Amino acid sequence: MKDEVTREERVAGLKGLGCSRKRVEDARFTQGKGNYVDDIKLPGMLHGDFVRSPYAHARIKSINIDAAMALPGVTAVLTAKDLEPLGLHWMPTLAGDKQMVLADGKVLFQGQEVAFVVASDRYVAADAVELVEVDYEELEVIVDPFKSLQSDVVLREDLVAEDGSIPNGAHGPRKHPNHIFTWEAGEEEATNQVIDNADVVATEEMYYHRTHPCPLETCGSVASMDKVNGKLTLWGTFQAPHVVRTVASLLSGIEEHNIRVVSPDIGGGFGNKVGVYPGYVCSIVASIVTGVPVKWVEDRMENLMSTAFARDYWMKGKISATKEGKITGLHCHVTADHGAFDACADPTKFPAGFMNICTGSYDIPVAYLGVDGVYTNKAPGGVSYRCSFRVTEAVYFIERMIEVLAIELNMDPAELRSINFIKKEQFPYTAALGWEYDSGDYQTAWDKALLAVDYKGLRAEQAERVEAFKRGETRKVMGIGLSFFTEIVGAGPVKNCDILGMGMFDSCEIRIHPTGSAVARLGTISQGQGHATTFAQILATEIGLSAESITIEEGDTDTAPYGLGTYGSRSTPVAGAAAAMAGRKIRAKAQMIAAYLLEVHDNDVEFDVDRFVVKGTPEQFKTMKEIAYAAYNQAIPGLEPGLEAVSYYDPPNMTYPFGAYVCVMDIDVDTGVPEIRRFYALDDCGTRINPMVIEGQIHGGLTEALAVALGQEIAYDDMGNVKTATLMDFFLPTAWEVPNYETDFTVTPSPHHPIGAKGVGESPHVGGVPCFSNAVQDAFRPFGNRHTNMPHDHWRIWQTANNLGMHD
Amino acid sequence: MIPAAFEYYRPTDMAGVIALLQEHGDDARVIAGGHSLIPMMKLRMADVPHLIDLQAIKGLNGIAITDGTVTIGAMVTQHEIINSAEMEKAAPIMKEAALQIADPQVRYMGTVGGNVANGDPGNDMPGLMQCLNAQFHLTGPDGDRTVDARDFYEAAYMTDREDEEVLTAVSFAAPVGGFAYEKQKRKIGDYATAAAAVQISKEGGKVAAASIAMTNLSDTPVWSDSAGAALVGTACDDAAVKAAVTAMLGDIDPTEDNRGPVAFKRHAAGIVLGRAITRAWSRA
Ligand SMILES: Cc1cc2nc3c(=O)[nH]c(=O)nc-3n(C[C@H](O)[C@H](O)[C@H](O)COP(=O)(O)OP(=O)(O)OC[C@H]3O[C@@H](n4cnc5c(N)ncnc54)[C@H](O)[C@@H]3O)c2cc1C
Repeated sequence: MKDEVTREERVAGLKGLGCSRKRVEDARFTQGKGNYVDDIKLPGMLHGDFVRSPYAHARIKSINIDAAMALPGVTAVLTAKDLEPLGLHWMPTLAGDKQMVLADGKVLFQGQEVAFVVASDRYVAADAVELVEVDYEELEVIVDPFKSLQSDVVLREDLVAEDGSIPNGAHGPRKHPNHIFTWEAGEEEATNQVIDNADVVATEEMYYHRTHPCPLETCGSVASMDKVNGKLTLWGTFQAPHVVRTVASLLSGIEEHNIRVVSPDIGGGFGNKVGVYPGYVCSIVASIVTGVPVKWVEDRMENLMSTAFARDYWMKGKISATKEGKITGLHCHVTADHGAFDACADPTKFPAGFMNICTGSYDIPVAYLGVDGVYTNKAPGGVSYRCSFRVTEAVYFIERMIEVLAIELNMDPAELRSINFIKKEQFPYTAALGWEYDSGDYQTAWDKALLAVDYKGLRAEQAERVEAFKRGETRKVMGIGLSFFTEIVGAGPVKNCDILGMGMFDSCEIRIHPTGSAVARLGTISQGQGHATTFAQILATEIGLSAESITIEEGDTDTAPYGLGTYGSRSTPVAGAAAAMAGRKIRAKAQMIAAYLLEVHDNDVEFDVDRFVVKGTPEQFKTMKEIAYAAYNQAIPGLEPGLEAVSYYDPPNMTYPFGAYVCVMDIDVDTGVPEIRRFYALDDCGTRINPMVIEGQIHGGLTEALAVALGQEIAYDDMGNVKTATLMDFFLPTAWEVPNYETDFTVTPSPHHPIGAKGVGESPHVGGVPCFSNAVQDAFRPFGNRHTNMPHDHWRIWQTANNLGMHD
Repeated sequence: MIPAAFEYYRPTDMAGVIALLQEHGDDARVIAGGHSLIPMMKLRMADVPHLIDLQAIKGLNGIAITDGTVTIGAMVTQHEIINSAEMEKAAPIMKEAALQIADPQVRYMGTVGGNVANGDPGNDMPGLMQCLNAQFHLTGPDGDRTVDARDFYEAAYMTDREDEEVLTAVSFAAPVGGFAYEKQKRKIGDYATAAAAVQISKEGGKVAAASIAMTNLSDTPVWSDSAGAALVGTACDDAAVKAAVTAMLGDIDPTEDNRGPVAFKRHAAGIVLGRAITRAWSRA
């Protein structure tokens, strides 16, 4: 009839689910046309900069701002004394603790914010910072969490009662003034019993070093208080703009409708931009005080030294098994170094995040996890760097324990994994530490991966290499790194997940315009993930309009519906689900309009790609474009005009992406230089929305995994000085260091997600870190290595070889 | 990371530069490519109230190779070194070393003069110049003078150059024989964990002459006379290489930093030198 376009062409025209649509964001990013916080320039805007503590622990005896104030161009210098009357010298953290906005009597870490200088430009501000005189009295510094729990030195005097007793913290009783919380999951006694009576037990201690997400764009904000209409506008590097608005309202007393928070383009977040930083608060206060806009943008060193770090987990594990290798129990204890304030970004009830996913991909009958949070003289944080809450730590832990157990059993680690996988027919599977895994098919993925790399062939080659090494024919050893990970993402069900009391739902609001194009707004915010591309694809398939005709907007709290933001791979599992659900509401109304236009009953039409057709007579149809127009130009009995929908989605469960990774590495034992020969990554993220975007996410996540495993750390000396505060020492890999990645996939859709998608942005990081680390450790296994701590930089690898006598 | 305020000058002749240096003494510094100096100023580790740009001074550019002598103007960039066909013919070690400095962006700006005058033990050119037995040409209020690269470095950031002197060029006799510049670093853009510059000439299957210099293993570059001597007259066999490494280890004095502890650095230095000697010998 009138329709000469084939169905396939119609599907392709949508650019919907499964299409490798090019990223719509890239035109602007690749041409330098992005609009980041530091690009915002407002008339009369002033610039803020911090005086920061050179000491890790010191009392502040006095602060003299006279010389700074005398510098032409300086408008104000704020100290804790100025913030105190407003009740803003401290602020609540996301973890139920509080944190100094500006040093109140003492400093607790190097780089801590002491005073905020406001000046006509950033050059004057930087000069004024130098002129603020602070008189410090140095105190004993504690950088070791174990020593901290033994020490008489009280770091947080505000958390000790006058009679010397230790009041409960946000997560219950505290055992020591420097102790933050104990958090437990599982059954300790039952676990111990199993382990004590087991055939085989492997124990290991491992340190997952402190590192930092280090987004290319550092953190910053621009606050503009309009004193005439009482409205505050705040632009900033926020991964959760709506939560920032709520916090800003609670802190400042400004009613929430009078606050507009905008996250413009964000140059990477990786968890670093979830929290609320003193700079944000100070820019707001400074704008209120001065009546003009105030910008604060930190530099690279400030970002590395003072904004949220990641990891810093001291993990102690015990794993038991039968002689045949069937795991019977797992015990894990973590001493978590949280720095000077507990500013972890975790759901309220989870002070150690989802560390209790540490049973991994394995069917472990009984397990126990205990975590003790500890204060030290280091920067606060503890964010999820490209992972769901503490999931990289959990996966690293179990993937190392498996390797150590394999050594104990004298068994191949690939086989040991196979023996213990949760089987396909066991899903939904409730793990010993409580989580209900929604779906999985681990063995299929594992077999595919091992076949792809010719695992048996690699092991044979490795054995030959060991012999050649022993004969003195080579100085290079070969490692085969394995990792099988299960993530837990998409936080999360409101019944157990909240941040500052806000349930972790997310949202989508769609407006279809009369001409058949649309705008959709979500409560999340892209930081490079490509939401404008992929969310439009979800909607295209759901509502039958081309993705090219759908604009995605996020990040402006005046226009976007409330949502909890983007981190923990939650955007697709939660906001993506909201988008699909809102799309379905549109479709439901469209169905009624179509039926009216086609003069049949609602149930006599069905959706087909981009239209509704009369069942059995496909040549009778109305396209979504026609329906959209009708929604605005016709009076349809019983229906309101317009075509809009909103959905707030409370996910019934988390999603559980998984994957199988293999890394082949050659290591020069004399220089400690590793060379990655091959990296194979199979990911199962359920339904695949855009394979090209998935591949990009995997490349990025693997590269950050390589960084963390092979050298990226925030290191402190005994005096609490940060030793790695510039990119000369803090390892950010370039194209040169990055190997070629081979990506692969299986598809096991999430049974509870509207489109079966699970989230993928963080998987490669979660699975990649243990894979790179295992490759290093595996290379030395034939020479007696059991475990060495990351980061595996040259000298530490050399040290491993040296300790094994390989230089003798 | 914003530097303190400074006055910027761009004189067009050397007399103007020297006059400014004389006028401001300690408070003035010349800037060449700026890729060592500007980071230091931004970190406020260098306070330079008067910054004198050398870009407009004539006579500091260009590579000249005449009668077996290689002369490199102070303002020649590392990028130019890499791309000079004559340089590759006359002293191929220069290209091999320059390619291991920083990254292309830095090499477009960083100059040979700045690299050798800077006095940072991490810079690669000073050791290289010592290996080549180069001369540094300086000019100042009292006229021109020449200093051996091997006598130029006193301690970290301390050199024989007077505050009022400018380095105009480096020169050396085009080396003969085999060469190698071997550098271990943590990543692209990093200074050396250990680096070795080696030139070896061969006669009748034996080492006729050898020159060896090490980088970032002491507070100055280390030209190891004894390491070179250990090779002379040998067939550069394993024992000779070992002897040279042992001699070199007697001359270096590394300190612990983020690149690793002293024991590792000494080990890496030995490995790096061994490899450099082997490669240089294979080319000799
Ligand atoms: C990321 C990064 C990585 C780097 N990695 C390496 C590396 O691996 N190896 C390496 O060798 N270098 C490295 N560098 C340094 C780089 O090579 C510098 O460019 C070089 O050290 C200095 O040259 P310049 O021309 O930039 O000098 P400038 O920075 O302009 O000057 C450096 C110093 O020398 C003085 N000076 C400059 N020219 C003269 C002159 N003609 N007479 C007297 N004094 C002079 C200046 O006053 C100043 O004190 C790196 C730099 C960066 C930013």
